[in-house]
Parts: sequence; C-alpha cells; structure tokens
Amino acid sequence: MSNSPPLLKVTGLTKTFGPVVANSDVSFEVERGEILCLLGENGAGKSTLSSCLYGFYRPDGGRIFYDGKEVSFASPRDAIALGIGMVHQHFVLVPPMTVLENIVLGSRDSGLALDLGEARKEVHELCERYDIDLELDTKVWQLSVGQQQWVEIVKVLFLGAELLILDEPTAVLTPQESAKLFRILRRMTDNNLSIIMISHKLDEVLQSDHVAVLRKGNIVDTVRTSDVTKEDLTSMMVGRPVMLQAEREEIDPGETILEVTGLRIRNDKDQQAVKGMSFKVHAHEILGIAGVSGNGQNELFEALMGVRDTDSGQIWLYGDEVTHHGPEQMIKHGVGYIPDDRFKAGLVGEFSLAENAILGLQSNPSFADGPVLNTRRILDFAQDAIQKFGIVTPGPHARTDTLSGGNAQKIILAREFWSATCCILANQPTRGLDVGVIEYVHQMLLEKRREGFAIVLASEELEDIFALSDRIAVVFKGEIMGVFRTDEIDIEQVGLLMAGQRLDAKETKQDAHVTI
Amino acid sequence: MTDLFQQAVLVSMFAATIRIAAPLLLVSIGELVVQRAGIWFLGVEGSMLMAAFVAYFSAVSSDSLYVGLLAGMATGVVVHLSMAIAAVTLKINQFVTGLGINLLASGLTLFLYRENLRAYDSGHIPTVTPFETVPITGLSQLPILGEILFDQHLFTYFAFAMVGVVWAFLYRTRFGLEIRALGENPKALDTKGLSVSRRQYSALAFGGLMAGLAGSVLVLALTDRFVPGMTGGRGWLAIVIIIAGNWKPLPVLAAVLVFAFLEAFQIQAQGVGVQIPYQLLLALPYIGAIIVMMGVKVRSEQPAHLGVPYHRE
Repeated sequence: MSNSPPLLKVTGLTKTFGPVVANSDVSFEVERGEILCLLGENGAGKSTLSSCLYGFYRPDGGRIFYDGKEVSFASPRDAIALGIGMVHQHFVLVPPMTVLENIVLGSRDSGLALDLGEARKEVHELCERYDIDLELDTKVWQLSVGQQQWVEIVKVLFLGAELLILDEPTAVLTPQESAKLFRILRRMTDNNLSIIMISHKLDEVLQSDHVAVLRKGNIVDTVRTSDVTKEDLTSMMVGRPVMLQAEREEIDPGETILEVTGLRIRNDKDQQAVKGMSFKVHAHEILGIAGVSGNGQNELFEALMGVRDTDSGQIWLYGDEVTHHGPEQMIKHGVGYIPDDRFKAGLVGEFSLAENAILGLQSNPSFADGPVLNTRRILDFAQDAIQKFGIVTPGPHARTDTLSGGNAQKIILAREFWSATCCILANQPTRGLDVGVIEYVHQMLLEKRREGFAIVLASEELEDIFALSDRIAVVFKGEIMGVFRTDEIDIEQVGLLMAGQRLDAKETKQDAHVTI
Repeated sequence: MTDLFQQAVLVSMFAATIRIAAPLLLVSIGELVVQRAGIWFLGVEGSMLMAAFVAYFSAVSSDSLYVGLLAGMATGVVVHLSMAIAAVTLKINQFVTGLGINLLASGLTLFLYRENLRAYDSGHIPTVTPFETVPITGLSQLPILGEILFDQHLFTYFAFAMVGVVWAFLYRTRFGLEIRALGENPKALDTKGLSVSRRQYSALAFGGLMAGLAGSVLVLALTDRFVPGMTGGRGWLAIVIIIAGNWKPLPVLAAVLVFAFLEAFQIQAQGVGVQIPYQLLLALPYIGAIIVMMGVKVRSEQPAHLGVPYHRE
C-alpha cells in the first residue's frame, strides 16, 4: 500500500489579506489514519490555513490534492462533500436547540420533513463506535463546554468526514476530558480516519504522529513526533531557545493582605456566579485559581476590583473591610488589576499608548495638575514604560489597537505595576500571548511576589498555575472545591476538581494517579 | 329584550375581533418568520402601507379586485426584498433601514395619493366593491359561534390556517430548523456550506407576501378605499405582538387575539358611548403589550442573533 497517494496533499499554498501574508508557500501531507499536528504561535497562520483547507477562505495560490486528485473549494459545502470536516475553536452550535437538532442541522438529508428518527439511529451508532456519551435530547446550552466539544465532533462525523480538522480542541477541556479526546481520536485513526489538529499545547502535540511547525505563515519543518522533544518543538516554533518553566524560589509568605469571606456574586444574567467563596492571600504569595473559564472567575475578579457589586460576604485588605468600595478606591488602596479581555476591559483601542498607560490614573497628582492633564509627565511615563517593558511600537502616540496582543498587555502591566502597592489581581494574564511574552509576564509576576505583593492569578493553563502558584484554589460552578499547597496536589487531581468531582479524603498524591 | 340586545352586541364584538385579527395575524406571522431568520425588520408598517396603496389603485384602474390583490402582494414582496438588499447583502444597520422604509412609505403614499386623485373629479373619490364574506356551509348556521367564526372573509380563514402552516414549517421541516438556527447562530449554517443570505432573502420574501396581503385586505375587504396612513400602526403592533408572543407561533396567535379584542372592545365602547377618554382606549393594546412583555422578559426566546448582520470574519 506504500504507493497509494496521501489523503491530503498541499503544495505551495498562499493566502494574503491585503498586505498581510497569512500563509506563504505552505506544503504538507496527511496520510490515512494519522494525526498531523499544526504547531505554531498566535498569528503563525494556523487558523487561516485550516480555513483554506475547509473552503471557508479561498487560497490565493497553491494546489490541494485530495486522495490523489486536485481539488478546489468554492465553499465549505465542497469540502464536506469530499469528506473534510472542521471542528472550530469557538463552537458553532445553536444553544437553544437539542444536541440531535444541532447534529442534523444542514446535514446531507434531502426532503422537506425533518426526519429525526433515522438520524437518531445513525448518531447512536456513531457514538457507540467512537465511545462518545451524548444525551441527544438535551438542549446544548445545558451542556458543559467539554460535552459541547463532543457534539461538535459528532456533527462532523455525521456529515461523513474522513479527514477532521480540529482547531485548538483542548483549549476548554479539563485534563481528563482532553485525555478522553485523544482516546476518541485514536479510535478514529484506527478506523482509518485522518486528523489535522491545531494546537500550541506541547503535551498534546506530542501525542500526534507528525508535527508541522508554522512560523510567520511558513512551515519551518515537518517532523515525526517520536523524533523530537518538547524543547525542540518550542525552539522550532519560536525560532530561539526558550526557558519553558519560570523558576519560583522558596519564600515564606508574610502577613495576610487580601481576605475574602463568604463572597456571593451574581452575573449579568442575574444568576449566582460565585456561591460563597472564602480565601486569604498573603504577602510574597501567589494564589492560583484553577478552573475552566466561566466558573465564576470573571465575576470574582470584577467584584474584588469593585467593578461588580456583591450580594453578600466581605472583602478585607490588611484587615480593613473594603467590601463595597468602587474601582477608584481599590486603585487608591494599591490594588492592580489585569483583566482577562485586554481590549474590552483593560484598554481603549482608539486611545494612544500614552493615554492607556495612565488610564484610571488621570486624577493622580503624578499625571495631572488639578483638572488639567500633565502631558509632559504622561509622555515621560509612557516612554519609560516602552523601554522598561520592551513594548514594540512607533512611539507613545501610537494608537493602541495597532499593537499586537503582547505589546498591548505590556501597557496594562506597566500601568498596574506602577499604581499597585500591595496586591495584583491577574485574570488570565497570558491568554492568547506568544511563548516569549508569556515567559516575560511570568517573570514579572514572580518579581512582584518577591517584592512582597499578594497575587491572585487565574489561568486555564494548569502548567502555568503549577509553575507560579504557592497555593491553588480550584473553582467549579462558583464554588471553591478546595485550596491546596502546590506540592500537595497534582494536575490530575486538579483536573477532577475542575470537573466538579470531590477528591476522596484519603487520597494522597502517591496513590491518586487516576485512571483517565 | 335586553338579554337579546346584549347577546347581539357581544356576538358582533367577537366577530369584529376575528375580523380585526386577520390582517394583524397575517403581518405578524410573516414578521415572525423574518425575525426567526435573524432580521429585525421595523419596516413592516411601511411595507403594508405601500401594498394597500398599490392594491387600491390597481383595483380601481383595472376594475378587478384580484388584480389589486396580486399587485398588493407583489408590492409587499418588493419592499421586503429592498430590506434584504440593504440588510443582508449590504449589511446596513437594520433599524435605520427599517425606519427609513417606514418614512419613505408614508411620505410616498401620501404624495402619490394626492397626485393620483387629481385625475378624478374633486369630491368624487373612487371606491372598490369589497370582497364579500364567505360563510362556510353548515358551520355558519351554528348559533352564536357560526356568526363569530364561520361567516368571515376567505383571507381570514387563510390567516388562521397560516398559524398552523408556519408552526409546522418551523418545527417539523428541515428548512424550518435552518431558519430557526439562522436567528440563533448563522455561522452554524455557514460552516456547513449553506447560504445564509439565500435563506434570509427567502424569509423576507415570505414576510413581504404576508404583509402585502395584509395591506391589500385593508383596502379590498375591510374598507373600500385607500386613506393615507390607514395601516394605523398595525405593522408596529405586529412587532409588539411578536415580542409579546415570545417569537412562537401559538403565543403570537394568542397575542393577536388579545389585541384584536381590545381594539374591538374599544370600537364597541365608543359606539355605545362609554365615558372613557378615547385616547386611553386607543392606547389599550399598547398598555396590554407592555404588561405582557414584563411577564415574558425572564424567559425570552428572542433569537440571539436577531438584528445583527452576519459577517464571515
């Protein structure tokens, strides 16, 4: 069978958006029954490439061969007809409809009537073959994100896909769910299906058969996964050697700086998002908040910063109650805040870099004389920040929305680190950033820890949580499932807690290697 | 004696409710499909008005009610499709476009009405001989109910039948599932290679057909002539009805009946000379709508993507 053509072969694929080259001269192959991983940093062109393979975008140049025949796609319909299916990073489900309706929607069935009976049988068979649990009559909005991922996959299988493209499939999964995903993917390759997986998580990349590394729109290398290590892949992806794990030195924690007791908070839909959280954070300490996003983290951070009001419970700073203090007061108390969505909550895109660098501090005597802004001092401050944080920009007058995510994040760091004197609230501070910048942000947080700050850090990346935190609080559905010293617990246990399962009290780290 | 009189008043009031409900139901059911497909079309009032205008003058000049009816329906479709071009193809703000269509319709019909009337002798405004009611043999002989339900215009029966048809379409056909998905998450269709815009054009064409029919009915059956501004807010009420009916066919029918009843009650009350300020009576349907909306706010079925133009990012 060695002379049979690869299932998919791409040669010289190029895609540009105006002056921006997203993919240039990309070539690779996918064999039947294998998992190919596309690895690359943000903006390396992974998602554009997959959109071209799926007919969502039309490439500007290059050729695509499917099963030995040259093909071109006018719309996803053509790709589907060939047997290519795509699982998008941001799920495209219809929340008020049932699982079955979502799967059947727009599928190949002809005829006027909606025949769910026949479809139900077929979906059942698919679920059985690949060992996927799905309640077909549940509405999609009632499912956890993990379950929604299975719906997306069955949707694609139901369309008859032979080649599945998965865009960052594990971004929202707990470690156990992600292990289950790989088990399902392997069952698929055993059935001779092929998979292209897009990822930047090295642990998962290592479970593929081949890795194609993308950098700045080009494939820099394609390697057999068993021939490389994590470190090799990182330096191929970044283009230089990178220290993977920041070093956290042992420091004894100091006095209690931030304390929260029995906090209850409602979300925008008026539902209880935080249901009675209590914790303390000390000087020289990072408290990691582990959890799949949407389990109350955003509401918690907003309430701590005074942006969102609390239903009940108290917030204390150095033993003084600050429960209903607004954001202006919290800034004055010396609390710094790195919000999870920098362009929505942290910056004003239309403002200049300098304006954003002092946003919220405009009444501070350092930057204003009475009601008049002191432009000179503001510009000096921005210039300083550009140098100190290594922000790549034409200058302090540059519009902020022209900066990359990493450079924009550095403006927030510069501002918050300047104004904060005792406490940093960092909600997903490295989301969507490149490896190099992530490394930098981690260093900065550790430095603040050394200086004696109390830091609350939420992240979906458990490796980051484990590398940086002194203690870890796991949240699930607005509750803290437990607070542990980092050396008392391992990633699997945190994963179980993130999925809402309580740990057996007797379980210790040694015998807790959960079968997943 | 008084008993008989009371009964006659009540029967005529309920019969009026059904009669008034029909055009309201037609336009609401059409707009329901449009909104489930994700388009907030505020221009239904204008679409209806243009349809009424065209239906009237076509019927008068051709001396045929059927020519008037067809021309009116075609006008509704044309106006709705102009919304499709603006909102779906050009992705212009849906609220601005809808409001623009309403302003254009009321100005244009008033202007053209005056221009056209010059052709006739002053003081003599031409009228049509309206469609007759069609009693259903047997059923219309039933006491009370027969007069209320089964001695109505053909399009009235049609309007009520359409509730069932649209319900079956939305919940029992593939296309209905797709239309419902469109209002919630159009990308779910686009990523499967199904055209979002083709479906939204179709939904608007259907809405136009229904609004056009509703407008034609006003001049060809319920009255005998066109009067500027004669739609009198029925298009707006249809939008209120869809919100009150929580974007579902049967509750929409219920809302239509409630508002039609309030209207019939208001007319009857004025006729009998009840001492309530007439403006207050006119406001009754809207006050009712606000009360209903406060009730449904919490469990709204409003399509998540309603009014948002779809862009493939």
